[in-house]
Amino acid sequence: MSNLVREPAAAVPAEVAEERAVTVGPRVDVLETENEFLVLADVPGVKPEDVDVRFEKGELTVHGRRHAAREYETTNYHRVFAVAETVAADKITADLKNGVLTIRLPKTEAVKPKRIAVTG
Amino acid sequence: MTRNRRTPFGSLWQEFNQVQDDFAKWFGRATAGVAGPQLTVWEDEHAVFAEADLPGIDPAKLEVTVAEGTQLTVQGERTPPEVAGAAWVRQERPFGKFARVVTLPALVDADKVEAKYENGVLRLTLPKHEAAKPRKITVQSA
Repeated sequence: MSNLVREPAAAVPAEVAEERAVTVGPRVDVLETENEFLVLADVPGVKPEDVDVRFEKGELTVHGRRHAAREYETTNYHRVFAVAETVAADKITADLKNGVLTIRLPKTEAVKPKRIAVTG
Repeated sequence: MTRNRRTPFGSLWQEFNQVQDDFAKWFGRATAGVAGPQLTVWEDEHAVFAEADLPGIDPAKLEVTVAEGTQLTVQGERTPPEVAGAAWVRQERPFGKFARVVTLPALVDADKVEAKYENGVLRLTLPKHEAAKPRKITVQSA
């Protein structure tokens, strides 16, 4: 089977680290169905406009910024995943509800399991 | 039905974790222990405030109680995602029942407590009971 595993991504860029801010990796659950991958990330306190989900050159980057209520304190949620080319990049969707980010990555037609009819 | 599965070969996922996860932890994955999410409490002159990170919770099922004006209990449950025909590739988020009990730094008026659940964060405003508010005492000269 061809190697679908990718090289690890580069280190977190300097722009992400800020004064008086802390960067943490959100906990995620990843599930796989016949048609898609589901990534669920815990990003409490993040509003939809402060979420940045990108898919570029086989890398899925999940970024969310959280502003704390009482003092000036920013928490950046940041995590990068290497995803094989078998994901249809233009069909990726992301939804934020109650502090949980749900990202759906549909598989391309080529990799969906296909039932092969047997003649005989 | 979700099922556990190891995908060592031809894995379509490889994740490179950039940053250490030192955020609030709930409880161990293996057991359904009843530890709790972190509950941050602070106060000012007029009220006590509490905040807890509770992403993915149904707020209708959250139970917030104040006993004797000094003890705050937050309990609830988070159910794991049920996706038909899905296999788990990675599981990090905690699930199950949780409960946190804290003693508040001041006496609060339980009838005036406000609770708001927004973006997965529970924010509580617990106004102090009159008796607990600071009082200026005039000193009389003899």
